[in-house]
Amino acid sequence: MKARDYLIEEAMPLFWCRGCGNGIILHALLRALARLGKSREETVVVTGIGCFGKADDYIRTHSIHGTHGRALAIATGVKAVNPGLTVLALMGDGDCATIGGNHLIHAARRNIGVTAVVANNLNYGMTGGQFSATTPQGARSSTSSFGNPESGFDLCRLAGAAGAALVARATVYHAALLESLLVEAISCPGFSLVEVMSSCPVYYGRYNGIPDPAAMMRWWQESAVPASRYAELAPEEKQGRFPIGRLGGSDRPAFSERYARVQEAAQAGAGRWIQAGTDR
Amino acid sequence: MAKAKKRFRVTLNRAWCKDCGICVAFCPAKVFEAGERGEALVAREEDCTGCQSCVLRCPDLALEVEEATPSQAAEAVTHGG
Repeated sequence: MKARDYLIEEAMPLFWCRGCGNGIILHALLRALARLGKSREETVVVTGIGCFGKADDYIRTHSIHGTHGRALAIATGVKAVNPGLTVLALMGDGDCATIGGNHLIHAARRNIGVTAVVANNLNYGMTGGQFSATTPQGARSSTSSFGNPESGFDLCRLAGAAGAALVARATVYHAALLESLLVEAISCPGFSLVEVMSSCPVYYGRYNGIPDPAAMMRWWQESAVPASRYAELAPEEKQGRFPIGRLGGSDRPAFSERYARVQEAAQAGAGRWIQAGTDR
Repeated sequence: MAKAKKRFRVTLNRAWCKDCGICVAFCPAKVFEAGERGEALVAREEDCTGCQSCVLRCPDLALEVEEATPSQAAEAVTHGG
């Protein structure tokens, strides 16, 4: 199948604003599914609420459009019941980090075999550009006109610390890298998170002096540094920059593997305790 | 005889395009141009190298780049492309 075979063409054009990065992420995802030869019948896309929560409208697989912040909770249920499915949770930073942050840390801790794709546009785009849990400190938004007093989450470090099997970051400028990271993440048996720094020229860009879609792409081009090179930068050179590529993970067994052992033990007979794992 | 230069067909889906200008700004071969109202135009299809970077970065999935069939390439040459 080709990438376009996963696209619901009747739903086009995309509902997102001019220059919004979400379409670039959507396209990369469709190409990743095509590269992996995923069947539409065995793939489930779960979304929540927010701009990127509309992504399932355009993807010809099974899908569940859930409530705000709960995409990962729903995806966890789907994967737990049917581990043979490929399960993707598509979220924005509002969904994943802000209202649904608790689901994120527990999905990572549980190491459930779901791929979380987070379109991080650094604000709540759909509701008018309010600051979110990833808006950088000092950045302007419709609710922080004089600069955000809070610091933004580093989602990759958060998910990595909580136990994710694979953690990676790309930007919408780095679309080819994004596609390969998605291929890697979807192939990973445990919990994987791909954070995609995405353009919101209409709100984040306009409030922060980069309202032009191409200028916003250039901003990503200049701010993102391959992880190996980022590690060698001096602290002052890291200001305003962030690493991209594969950023972490662990090789703990995935939830489904462990749960299959629990099921086997339970079916073998009552009274037998499962030996506790030692890997954490 | 020198090997013929590969030709590519750049198709812009006008109904999906929102004229964001990303293809105009980033095409390494400067195939695109912004029109009077800022609309994206395929101005120099003959310069396309088939790198696909516009396809990957188009936020509206509005671009397709395919290698031209021999007859399409010949037609482009006839028309001075």
